[in-house]
Amino acid sequence: MTPPAREENVRPYGDKKGDGAVQVSFTLPVAKSAAATEAAKRYVAKMGLREPYVTLAESIAPEFTYFIVYARATHDVDMAGIVAEEAPAAALGREEIDRELSRRFGRRIVVLGCALESDAHTVGLDAIFNMKGYAGDYGLERYGAIDARNLGAQVPVAEVVRLVRETRADAVLVSATVTQNEIHVRHLTDLVDMLEAEGLRDRVVLIAGGARVDHALAKELGYDAGFGPGTTASRVAAFLLEELSRRAATASPA
Amino acid sequence: MTPKLGLSAAQIARCRDLAIEVAAGVRRETERFTTVSTERTVLRLLGVDGVDGNEVPIPNRVVASLEAAGRLGRGAAVWMGSALAAGAADSTAAAALLSDPARARALPEHPRWRDAVAPLVEATLARIRANRAERERRLAAHPPDELPLLYAIVATGNIHEDVVQADAAARAGAQCIAVIRSTAQSLLDHVPYGATTSGFGGTFATQENFRLMRAALDRLEPELGRYVRLVNYCSGLCMPEIAAMGALERLDFMLNDALYGIIFRDINPLRTLIDQNFSRRINAVAGVVINTGEDNYLTTADAVEQAPAVLASQFINERLARDAGLADWQIGLGHAFEIDPELEDGLLHEIAQAEAAREIFPDAPLKYMPPTKHMTGNVFRGYQQNALFALTSVMTRQHIHLLGMLTEALHTPFLHDRWLAIEQAKTIRRNARHLADEIEFRPDGRIVRRAKEVLDGAETILRRVAGHGLFAALADGVFADTRRPRDRGRGYDGVVRRDDAYANPFLEAWSQTPAEANA
Repeated sequence: MTPPAREENVRPYGDKKGDGAVQVSFTLPVAKSAAATEAAKRYVAKMGLREPYVTLAESIAPEFTYFIVYARATHDVDMAGIVAEEAPAAALGREEIDRELSRRFGRRIVVLGCALESDAHTVGLDAIFNMKGYAGDYGLERYGAIDARNLGAQVPVAEVVRLVRETRADAVLVSATVTQNEIHVRHLTDLVDMLEAEGLRDRVVLIAGGARVDHALAKELGYDAGFGPGTTASRVAAFLLEELSRRAATASPA
Repeated sequence: MTPKLGLSAAQIARCRDLAIEVAAGVRRETERFTTVSTERTVLRLLGVDGVDGNEVPIPNRVVASLEAAGRLGRGAAVWMGSALAAGAADSTAAAALLSDPARARALPEHPRWRDAVAPLVEATLARIRANRAERERRLAAHPPDELPLLYAIVATGNIHEDVVQADAAARAGAQCIAVIRSTAQSLLDHVPYGATTSGFGGTFATQENFRLMRAALDRLEPELGRYVRLVNYCSGLCMPEIAAMGALERLDFMLNDALYGIIFRDINPLRTLIDQNFSRRINAVAGVVINTGEDNYLTTADAVEQAPAVLASQFINERLARDAGLADWQIGLGHAFEIDPELEDGLLHEIAQAEAAREIFPDAPLKYMPPTKHMTGNVFRGYQQNALFALTSVMTRQHIHLLGMLTEALHTPFLHDRWLAIEQAKTIRRNARHLADEIEFRPDGRIVRRAKEVLDGAETILRRVAGHGLFAALADGVFADTRRPRDRGRGYDGVVRRDDAYANPFLEAWSQTPAEANA
């Protein structure tokens, strides 16, 4: 679905249209001085911002100064033709998803969840899986039609592949926390590669999630969908319903 | 400090009695075993260090060899002493001999092995005593610290960069610097060696990294007119080895939870409970303040529902810590400000729980941890949540305040994220300095009712754990809904049955530390 065409260019809005008001904050690795503040203004100018107003210049360490600057942006962005993809899924409630999963599949859907290898972070994973859920939206463990198995953090890629085979999993949710050295990306692709090598890739819906994950990145890495911060379990479940139904439809003889 | 919540002293005493039962059960089930990590620690304390050509630490080489020779059950110290008595020049030569399974198998137990290791044992005990005395001397040279102590984390992966960040944080007002470990380190069954410059989400805990950071913080002391405490993570498969390294390099605080590794890292229960005891004995003698990890129950599940589990775990952690010789001033029980900010009266719940912890554990340097679960990326809202957290911390007299970052869950903190956090906590600490003295709670009010409800819940959990035993409770999923059977989990193959002549000179020396003194 393409977004409705817009005729106008946009720029940041402060208190009136077109004023380009922005706030930026950053640290320069120099001691606080009048010259440092002037450097901050020039830096902001190079970012394409005019009328820089330095509201704070604070020495936060001997050779570091922190700035808060308000300024006016001069650039516009053309809204027309912008395509930003989101994982396609209708907004459905838990009861409705549960009902539809039971009706369409007649068995419990097995969903595995994990963080891979060195990744020890589980806050996002737990928010999607745990019974209690997040922000009033119950987790996958609460779904009668889903056999949700949260494997926790630091699960080796080979172990996930083994469990996919053993449990005949329908879907795998991988929570990936961005770390230094882009290690999370490597583990995400390792899983795709190993599932493919074992001939299991097409049997599971692969979903990535995390603070810095989006649908485009996930697709690029070979996943079926990606979900960013603030995603609720029902949104993931709705996607599963849709994707599993689509696969069932294409697999069954017409 | 006058109690304000009117909690029943008899009920609190009942909880402590139940914790004694739990701890006695743990002792019965663990005392017949040692672990590979415990024996590697003994070797480190006897001066065995360094790595071989494949980066394998020498203590791992020796323990693997003794295991292959079928001799680990007697304890590494026996064989070190025997090698020395048989003519090995020093601990390095003794370790080299024992690294060869054939030679380790052929070595007879020497009747005077104890005499041979005694000078090494005494040298280590003296070094640990000297470190403790030096800390006390340095602390006494300055005015008392303002409380709560502000605790900042650095985590660049590169120890030299960590030093730059720690320097900035300490100058801004941080009183404790924790160097977060590389995320995979808790699952490594060895301790890396030397100064390290690349880690994932943190910096490897190595003895050399400890030394570098300790020296950097000591350099700041004359200029700042205060002692900056150094913190690391004594958990995972190498828990007691890290404790030993910390004792040798004068670390001040160690994260050291009895159950965390079992529940949240799937480390074998038997292995963890054996290792926590030895690591805590080291921390006790070194004068280290341990920090427990009950905050984790709150981030993985609902913070309102889990409050009784946190309190129950605090009772158990306190008992196991006392049994390992730690005094109450060394037992930094953990908890956290993790209730959903959208919840009506959530702040009242937070105050109730924090005040209850303060009153139930009056002499413990409580460690209070910031919101992480409900941090959204709206950094302005995050800064507001952290302000409520800091206010609650001052209002309920917490001892160690882990600074909340407005960019929590987004990235490892930028220099100015940390500065903003320190500024916020300092401002609130100053601005609300005597708030705790002014506050009383309505005896029939929401805060008092909530505190009582949490204590009731904790007693119920403790009764269940005491009834079944801790191992059965762990297998049953009593904590954080996670089931951890006694014979599963990482590191189980590193649990070794002691033979009848098992000896560990350090454990013997430290078991004389009267745990009863603070029972």
